[in-house]
Amino acid sequence: MFSINLVILIPFIVAALLPFTYRRFKKAHLGWFVLIVPFVLFVILARLIPSVASGKTYVHTYEWIPTLDFNFTTYLDGLSMIFALLITGVGSLVILYSIFYLSSKESLQHFYCYLLLFMGAMLGVVFSDNLMVLYVFWELTSVSSFLLIAFWNHRQASRYGAQKAMLITVSGGIAMLVGFIMLHTMTGSFSIREIIASISEFSEHSLFIPAMILILLGAFTKSAQFPFHIWLPDAMEAPTPVSAYLHSATMVKAGIYLVARFTPVFGADEVWFWVVSIVGMITLFWGSFNAVKQTDLKALLAFSTISQLGLIMSLLGLGSIALQFGYSADSVLYTQATFAALFHLINHSTFKGALFMVVGILDHELGTRDVRRLGGLMTLMPFTFTVALIGSLSMAGLPPFNGFLSKEMFFAATVHIMNVDIFDLSSFGIIFPVVAWIASVFTFVYCMIIIFKAFLGKPQPEKLDKPIHEAPFGMLISPMILAALVIGIFLFPNLLGQYILQPAMSSIYPTFGDSADLTPKISAWHGVNPELLMTIGVIIVGAILFKFLKLWKPIYGLFSSRFTFNALYSNFLASAVSKSNLITNRYMNGLLRHYLLYIFVFFIVTVGGYLFYSKAFAFDISTNAGFRVYEVCLVAIMAVAAVSMLFAKSRMTATLLNGVLGYSIAIFFVIFRAPDLALTQLVVESVTTALFLLAFSHLPDWKKEKLSKRTKGINGIISVAVGLLVVLVGLSVVDFNQFDPISSYFENAYELAGGANIVNAILGDFRGFDTMLEVVVLFIAGLGVYSMIKLRAKKEDENIEDQ
Amino acid sequence: MKINDVILRTISRIVVFIILTFGVYLFLSGHNTPGGGFIGGLVLASAIVLLYLSTDIETVQKSLPLDFKYVAAVGVLLATATGFGSILFGVPFMSQTFAYFDLPIFGVTELTTVTIFEAGVALTVVGVLVTIILSISEDGG
Repeated sequence: MFSINLVILIPFIVAALLPFTYRRFKKAHLGWFVLIVPFVLFVILARLIPSVASGKTYVHTYEWIPTLDFNFTTYLDGLSMIFALLITGVGSLVILYSIFYLSSKESLQHFYCYLLLFMGAMLGVVFSDNLMVLYVFWELTSVSSFLLIAFWNHRQASRYGAQKAMLITVSGGIAMLVGFIMLHTMTGSFSIREIIASISEFSEHSLFIPAMILILLGAFTKSAQFPFHIWLPDAMEAPTPVSAYLHSATMVKAGIYLVARFTPVFGADEVWFWVVSIVGMITLFWGSFNAVKQTDLKALLAFSTISQLGLIMSLLGLGSIALQFGYSADSVLYTQATFAALFHLINHSTFKGALFMVVGILDHELGTRDVRRLGGLMTLMPFTFTVALIGSLSMAGLPPFNGFLSKEMFFAATVHIMNVDIFDLSSFGIIFPVVAWIASVFTFVYCMIIIFKAFLGKPQPEKLDKPIHEAPFGMLISPMILAALVIGIFLFPNLLGQYILQPAMSSIYPTFGDSADLTPKISAWHGVNPELLMTIGVIIVGAILFKFLKLWKPIYGLFSSRFTFNALYSNFLASAVSKSNLITNRYMNGLLRHYLLYIFVFFIVTVGGYLFYSKAFAFDISTNAGFRVYEVCLVAIMAVAAVSMLFAKSRMTATLLNGVLGYSIAIFFVIFRAPDLALTQLVVESVTTALFLLAFSHLPDWKKEKLSKRTKGINGIISVAVGLLVVLVGLSVVDFNQFDPISSYFENAYELAGGANIVNAILGDFRGFDTMLEVVVLFIAGLGVYSMIKLRAKKEDENIEDQ
Repeated sequence: MKINDVILRTISRIVVFIILTFGVYLFLSGHNTPGGGFIGGLVLASAIVLLYLSTDIETVQKSLPLDFKYVAAVGVLLATATGFGSILFGVPFMSQTFAYFDLPIFGVTELTTVTIFEAGVALTVVGVLVTIILSISEDGG
């Protein structure tokens, strides 16, 4: 049966197959094969658009760990549809573009494997209904983003950017996980749909606000919101197709998705409104303000992306106010902010994707993306210029491009919010249109920088390594398709509104009745109103500011580089490393003896302490069975072996004595009728003895250690205490009754698991999960030993890190 | 490392096969009597270790051309994949099932999916153990 679960799994399956199949694609570019995946998925999803538009949703559940309420449940509704179409649609275009961008000499199998991994993870994020599954996919996007940013891992900057992105997004992700667990504690469910249905009972719960803030932290770090935006510019070290895909169209929008998805959960709260809209506004301003000073076109686009993400975020915040009023004719006006957010989300993906690809073309064909070295490309690269012009003007919010429509709706939403008479908005609300307008002026300025500095003016061929020439046709296909969409959406915005945006509106406002009411008619000309005047103002002031850019640019020099968030991050990281080095070196001194000491002391304190305080040291040996002669003999042998080990002169003797101990225990297992344990003990004992003997050939002779009397005394006390504790635990465990034994459950092993051997039924059936993970741990340990011994750098080898 | 111990070599040639057979027996009998994937794997691994001890590494690798890292990897994959296998049949992750079949020679036999899982465990144990011992013994210091 077809289900959405399969849509998520297909990229993973293909990614898993790539290592085995890529050798067959020697002649053709591997990308052609990979391209099939997103394209087919896009077609499958696009076929569902009409039924989703009519309000149908698709749910499918595979039970994963039902006892813990973890289920692989997918949920396709209007909201996830938008994101899924972006992921697969932009994904197809990006892969098509990358075929011409990356040469076959690069390790393409890695690149496409990571890219497919990301695609699957991202689809998993938007389709998962279960919070825990969503979290797993969420972190997987961070991991695949890390791998893709560091694709050219011989560059130090790539590794630095990858680490930064990983650290920031994953710490946000962990905060989000805590938030999810809090939600589960409140509502008793991990299903987003069930939580939405029942959350109204919990809005006074003491965990409600903490859960909200933690989940928002996850969203803000992922979507590069202020002050977590610092990772995005450094992530631009990734190959340009990756930047276009992950860091402008999809992954950074996961935070937006999360906020939209959780609007029905938290949106009715005042804190949500203020936090989301204010953080969005600050990000909007800060991103656009900083974009202007960039000389690297990709860095400029990165800050521009930050700014646009802030715009969408603030719109979602503004739109949540509609939930304050409930469903009425008035509150529908405020939902238009959310509508604008979704609309701009799509528009941003089109124009920003096109712009990233243009910058990639410049980088690829001319060898630089520094605006100071570019100029006058218009006549020599006419197609690239056209795409850049369309993208920039749309981003600046000019007609006849789709950015104009959503920008106008954004202005309209900020103006509407001033009329709200709750939350002191009638007095404070004015900041929204003002900040929006100022930020838009800067946006206009940096869009002009792209057009005028890179493409107009005088060509500077002497500053370029390669002659100026138009890009190959294949590289232009994807940006041209996106540019065509920019204009197409402007011409037919209501088609998009009705089929794509309207069903998403009803996912965000499930209580708001008919979603057709929530879908405004988008029109390019709506008479002279505040938003049109704001746009005209932006153009005039923006043009003036651009003209006199040189005069006011020194303003950026006022910001000392010592007080930026970047400096804060680097200092924190550096001091974290040095401090933890200091602390670790203090107790990890390389002496195994000390490590054992820590373990034993910890054991005495915690186990002994717990049993002592819970008064569990109660035992009655009168009911125990009596001793037999051979048992006493065995114990005597073990005691002699253990004590004489202390006086052994060579390692060999000590090992053999240790073996005596081990085999004696095996005999005890036999006597007490535990054949499984006896067998295991015997074999393990033999193998470890062989291993010890092997390892000893590398060690120097066993010398007598000179220790002070005091140290010896302390060591002696600790070892006696450990031995005593173990004996006491062994004696009192028979009478321990703090909780019920679970053995009764396993006694039906034959009926439940078909196995008469309870031990193995537990290992393979009842507790199969434990065994599976233990196997994985064993494997990792084996790999660890192998790589430490085989792959360690020899003394004369160079440090491979610093190439 | 060339050990010229004729007695050890002669005996271990025979003993290794007995141990290997015993290992396979332990592995298969684990469902109802003592044995199982872990112990079976351990016994198999110890047989291979004995081979390495009695002859030398090059000779063994000629007659047993296996990269034990891959053996371990296949084992882990197998053990985890059986967990996912149950999902395909619409039951929770890691569910195991069993049934009784009437087979030509063996008569009524119980077949269970847990055997596949245990095979993964056994392969991992063999692979990891031999890899560790080989890495340490091959290390020139």
